[in-house]
Amino acid sequence: MAYLVLDQLTKRFGNWTAVDNVSLTVEKGELISLLGPSGCGKTTTLQMIAGFLDADGGRVMLDGQDLLAKKPNERGLGIVFQSYALFPHMTAAENVAFGLEMRKIARADRDRMVADALKLVGLEQYGDRHPRRMSGGQQQRVALARALVIKPSLLLLDEPLSNLDAKMREEMQIELRRIQRTVGTTMILVTHDQSEAMALSDRVVVMNKGRIQQVATPQEAYDHPANAFVANFLGRTNLLPGMVGSGAAGTVITVADSVWPVAQPMAAGPGALAVRPEKIGFVDAGGPGGGLSGTVLARVFQGTQWLFEIETAAGRLMVIRQHDGSPLPAERERVMVGWRAEDMAVMPADPEATSLSREAA
Amino acid sequence: MAASTDTQVQASAAPSAAAPPPRRPRRRHWAPYLLSAPGLALFAVLLLVPLAMTFLLSLNSFSFYGGIENVWQLGNYTDIIADSYFHEVFLRTFRIAAVVTLLCAVFGAPEAYILRRMKSPWRGLCLLIVLGPLLISVVSRTLGWALLFGSTGLVNQGLMALGLIATPIEFMYTETGVIIALTHVLVPFMVLSVWASLQRLDPQVENAALSLGAGPLTVMRRVVLPQIVPGILSGSIIVFALAASAFATPAIIGGRRLKVAATLAYDEFLNTLNWPLGATVAVLLLIANVVIIVGCNRLVERRYKQVFE
Repeated sequence: MAYLVLDQLTKRFGNWTAVDNVSLTVEKGELISLLGPSGCGKTTTLQMIAGFLDADGGRVMLDGQDLLAKKPNERGLGIVFQSYALFPHMTAAENVAFGLEMRKIARADRDRMVADALKLVGLEQYGDRHPRRMSGGQQQRVALARALVIKPSLLLLDEPLSNLDAKMREEMQIELRRIQRTVGTTMILVTHDQSEAMALSDRVVVMNKGRIQQVATPQEAYDHPANAFVANFLGRTNLLPGMVGSGAAGTVITVADSVWPVAQPMAAGPGALAVRPEKIGFVDAGGPGGGLSGTVLARVFQGTQWLFEIETAAGRLMVIRQHDGSPLPAERERVMVGWRAEDMAVMPADPEATSLSREAA
Repeated sequence: MAASTDTQVQASAAPSAAAPPPRRPRRRHWAPYLLSAPGLALFAVLLLVPLAMTFLLSLNSFSFYGGIENVWQLGNYTDIIADSYFHEVFLRTFRIAAVVTLLCAVFGAPEAYILRRMKSPWRGLCLLIVLGPLLISVVSRTLGWALLFGSTGLVNQGLMALGLIATPIEFMYTETGVIIALTHVLVPFMVLSVWASLQRLDPQVENAALSLGAGPLTVMRRVVLPQIVPGILSGSIIVFALAASAFATPAIIGGRRLKVAATLAYDEFLNTLNWPLGATVAVLLLIANVVIIVGCNRLVERRYKQVFE
């Protein structure tokens, strides 16, 4: 039995469906990310779990109990808000103690638990400081300690790192992962930052327009995106239009002058092939695994790597090659590019993407 | 910045000269003074000069036959301090002001909070209703209250029709009537100033408290209220000052029988023609007002130090 179950959760604002039949199961101790662009319904989903918004349909079961039937202050969830939402008139220790006070925990136990929680986030020295006199990162840690000290059955994190600068964000990512390992709380992280989601999560839930696009481990979603949206949203990708058909060796997809085998069963018709820039290499013409021919439009040196833009019959390709001393083509040179069949993902053509390219043509 | 570059240029222009670079006369910056001159002039002419003149007037003496005499003495002050009639008037003034302030805080702060949580079309409408009293002349508004308050007025008739009271309540010429009318007039000031402090309140903070297990009432008491204390305090200062120096409402609802400091000063000026005594009342009202407000302000600021930082 899964620990947390979202069952066809739906939320409508007027005639706009913010969350559309979202179903998801989360195991105990898992860190799962809801990932998507703004307006994809990830925060709305979180708010329904927290109880700040009423669901229009569906169920949320936590450890076998109906969560939606409970008031927000009876759900016992820990929440870390994007704005931290610390109580500005209380010290860090008082902030952390608040949830324990509400649970009527004896003074001595409370003090000890607050001290432990502050220690967990590395703020044992800052207990009597007010939030206003702390940095963003420190406030973030207080918010985390405040949510964790009540030993929540589930910890919800709403864009917790988006207000921090890049360096602090990396530090907090590692910190968050460490804390999650230490306390083992089940966590749901809402973020629009794909690198954050990939760095932290056991699984990512990619959402768009209120619907789940893919639920997978970060590597799986990156290497084998379920559709064009996921491929584009998670890192940079080359999306090439092609035609799915059957060849001598089974199903194949034809992209311009190259033919690729398709592992999964697929109906014939228009399709798309996604391949990451760093998975593409330059191959010898006529050699094995031969691929697309094209011309180097531009090459840019980026320190550890070279970035190539290559014009092919299937469209422009982005290629990243490591700067490891191996010979690389010059600009305007005719080249042949290729990749391993297991490094690409084949998906049905995205109706929106096709119409876009048609308009462009 | 510009000045330092200038000195550098000068210094390098005369490198051979052993003498230190000549000191340039410090340029006076007149612009800020000139720009604030109109405001300062207005302030001086309309506030400082009349205040000083009132104070000087309060030092003059008055006799029934001789009129105002240009002598400088503190007789008026000792008269007021010694006379229990004046004690009563001042005590009543500040009692009314204190009760009105309290009522405004009790009604105004929740009102502002509810208004803020309202949805768009209703919020504007309700805000207009709250601010409505400010749009009507104080005299006609107070006369309206007088109509409602009379022994055959709407309030008494309504209460009697409901069977809540047997005989009409005395509203006219009583403190109760003055307090009700003043509260109505002054509540908008409290609402506006609490509203301003609510704007700075992170709406997620309430959700955070809820998620930690606090009930709605606890959220109010432990999280929202402490954060809007500065707003309630500044609202209270405005309301108290206006209530203590209110004239029209006590004059119409309180009448001659129920004097407060402002109506007392008015009567001394225009009925008794004892201008120096009227001026003394006005000066004492100002001093008492300032002392009470500054004192309370200190007290509350110390209590809620962290919120004011």
